[in-house]
Amino acid sequence: MTEKSASPAIMRSMLGRARGLGSARSGLHHWWGQRLTAFALVPLVLWFIYSAIRLSGMKRGDVINWAVDPVVGTLLVALVLALFHHMRLGLQVVIEDYIHDERPRLVWLLVMNGVTGLLGLAALVAVIKLAI
Amino acid sequence: MTDTREALMVARTSDGRTVRRPLSPHLQVYRPQITSVMSILHRITGVALSFGTLLLVWFLVAAVESDAAYARVAWFIGSPVGYLLMFGWSVALWYHFCNGIRHIFWDFGMGLELVHVHASGKAVLVATAVLTVGTWIVFAMAQ
Repeated sequence: MTEKSASPAIMRSMLGRARGLGSARSGLHHWWGQRLTAFALVPLVLWFIYSAIRLSGMKRGDVINWAVDPVVGTLLVALVLALFHHMRLGLQVVIEDYIHDERPRLVWLLVMNGVTGLLGLAALVAVIKLAI
Repeated sequence: MTDTREALMVARTSDGRTVRRPLSPHLQVYRPQITSVMSILHRITGVALSFGTLLLVWFLVAAVESDAAYARVAWFIGSPVGYLLMFGWSVALWYHFCNGIRHIFWDFGMGLELVHVHASGKAVLVATAVLTVGTWIVFAMAQ
């Protein structure tokens, strides 16, 4: 008997056997994404509220003058990316929790991903166009 | 018996009688508590804020588009309905913001004792009220 005849089951590492067996397959990534964006949004939201108050009642030209500043533009891009990612992850959990049947759940998830994705991109394009 | 799963709901007591197994109480029979109410409020405000981003996107896109488009969104925000939405948005945002920070502490394993959970819950409610009122006072002074 040589080494070659060893069972393939024994050749698999413990990690290889455990990988991919979680219920959601990528739960940790989701969890981390939600937390990291939450962290990022703490200062960004404070800045956003301050900016929203400053911008209230301003004319379009004033808004453009404000957004063209590189620091403001960078913060706006960061805000849009963190906000829409955080929102997508949050809505995903809500849909997964309350819609039990497989098919409507998949439809809702697809619609939600499409809408939040497009809204996020629209915001991103707008912010970049304002900045340049 | 309409469903084969019904078989799981039938059992025998220790003296041999067949009985239906009791269901565990559903959510609605529990008295609302600060923990459960604040938990669902975090979700509700999160979903509400998601809808609120529609206004943010509208504002940003209009600012890019034209003076007329910008005038329309500015008119909407300044209308009574717009003010009502902005007020609701500010409450939801401050609540989700403060309670989110509470969640971050929990993620670090801090403040998980029930007394602390109750105390931080009350602190979040007070902070939400103070920050919302404060925001609108600052807004009024900035005009």
